Amino acid sequence: MSKLQFQPRFNRALLSSLLLAIGSLAAMSAWADAAADLPVETAELTAPPMVPAPIARKTPAKVIVNLTTEEVIREITPGTKYMFWTFGGTVPGKMIRVRQGDTVELHLKNLPTSKVPHNIDLHAVSGPGGGAPQTLIAPGKDATFTFKALNPGLYVYHCATAPVAMHIANGMYGMILVEPEAGMAPVDKEYYVMQGDFYTPGAFGAGGLQPFDMQRSIDENASYILFNGASNSLTGKNALTANVGDKVRLYFGSGGPNVASNFHVIGAIFDKVYHEGGLKYQEQVQTTTVPPGGSTIVEFVPKVPGNLTLVDHALSRAFHKGAIGIMSVSGEEHPEIYSKAATAKAEH
Amino acid sequence: MKTAVACFAFVLGCLHAADYVPIAGGTLRTALPMDGETVPVAAYQLRSKPVTNAEFLRFVLANPEWQRGKAATLYATSAYLSQWHSASDFAPHAPNAPVTNVSWFAASAYCASEGASLPSWTQWEFAAAADASRKDARNDPAWRAQILGWYEKPSVERLPDVGLHPANIYGVYDLHQLIWEWVDDFNGLFVTVDSRAQGEQKVFETCGAASLSLGDKENYAVLMRIALLAALNGQDSVGSLGFRCAKPAQ
Repeated sequence: MSKLQFQPRFNRALLSSLLLAIGSLAAMSAWADAAADLPVETAELTAPPMVPAPIARKTPAKVIVNLTTEEVIREITPGTKYMFWTFGGTVPGKMIRVRQGDTVELHLKNLPTSKVPHNIDLHAVSGPGGGAPQTLIAPGKDATFTFKALNPGLYVYHCATAPVAMHIANGMYGMILVEPEAGMAPVDKEYYVMQGDFYTPGAFGAGGLQPFDMQRSIDENASYILFNGASNSLTGKNALTANVGDKVRLYFGSGGPNVASNFHVIGAIFDKVYHEGGLKYQEQVQTTTVPPGGSTIVEFVPKVPGNLTLVDHALSRAFHKGAIGIMSVSGEEHPEIYSKAATAKAEH
Repeated sequence: MKTAVACFAFVLGCLHAADYVPIAGGTLRTALPMDGETVPVAAYQLRSKPVTNAEFLRFVLANPEWQRGKAATLYATSAYLSQWHSASDFAPHAPNAPVTNVSWFAASAYCASEGASLPSWTQWEFAAAADASRKDARNDPAWRAQILGWYEKPSVERLPDVGLHPANIYGVYDLHQLIWEWVDDFNGLFVTVDSRAQGEQKVFETCGAASLSLGDKENYAVLMRIALLAALNGQDSVGSLGFRCAKPAQ
């Protein structure tokens, strides 16, 4: 490196481009032969909090996933904007659902309007870098790589481009669900929620367009800790909905980059928690921890109508940094389970 | 300098020599310390401003093989100069705005036409470490934050003119806050595209990442420049990527 002077690198660069092109062609055609027999389908990706439909197939397929990287300015809390870096234009990125044994052909396109390069590392991938080396793309470019979804579970994906903590702090994470071969038990409602921490020079709700604050990120001193990338993404008209007696399943992840979640739903007990997004579940759980780059699947049944509140139970985060969401439950009252009026008032 | 200012660049016949400023060289604390944490930088000259649309138009008119549509696809993709109205008209872009969407091959050919070449990564970073009063401002958190600010601003469709920000201590403009820039050895940086790898991975492909863990790791702007260059092939063009040239010291 240090010896480089002014020699033009014309021939060397040209030669390596040619060799790369020849090598890629050979590798791609070998793969095409192996996957030729599989039926091909294009994955339906969903913006949070929605979840792609369950997989009806009982056999493997080749699944095409078309994902973009997009840099978008939008509100992080009412009155304050932030430049989010995203997969598919949302925080978290679009949710992907495939089946164990599927061959996934992932196409990543970095929009020409982007300022910086991006790539993707999916934790569902068995292989060095999880796809990151194949997908590093400058603005306006696209890349493709293929992997076999060997392991069932709920997996985080994220951008792995330097400086990686900044790409993740700006919102570049999402999740891919790999359904087990046997499928998943049907439920009434499924939702997709991810927690993430954000770093700005101004305090929560300071107003204007807030930039990323590198030092606060290094110090892990978050200004915002949010569900789905905004303080109001799951409140008001954006609240999740369910009916009394519904089986509810939440696919919950932690994007980080730095802060683990202590996920709790005020007013509900999780019947099942698939800890770390794996196959085994714990029963009767009140609060579950989710590390950055990790996930969990929780299932519960709302018993009475009203608002259930999703929080990080490190409660300063809920009350001061935005980690709060609402699930609005409709249906019949069940006073034998929960009496809404205070006892003294009822006796009077 | 004065020649360049006095010369209205949209007058195509205007013959002006690009302004190069001498840089004495020295020692660069590098984010890619492959041969140690510092590298010596020999004296060189650097173009004071990035190459503009008007300058690049003159070049392609004089060298038709580098015109849009005529350049070999091996040297330039379909994105090459695609923001120009035509092969010989940079409208709606300003004559003094930096030219972008130029491949490494085209940029190298342009620099050769000025008797120069693209700067090496080390030469570019050496000049870019300076602010208006210091040769190495990189330890100043406020300066770092100001530089980083540009990288998270959205891309703009029409770039402003070169030379609007103050020059640095060498008299060089626009190393920051206007465009990304090609360097000669962009494909020799050996940076892994997975920025988290470090430690034992000593092979060439990933030793850049090992270096990143040792180098200027709190300077996110330089890490982003490395990532962008690592994402490029020589024929690629990006709307926010331009270039300037360098010459040996006189």
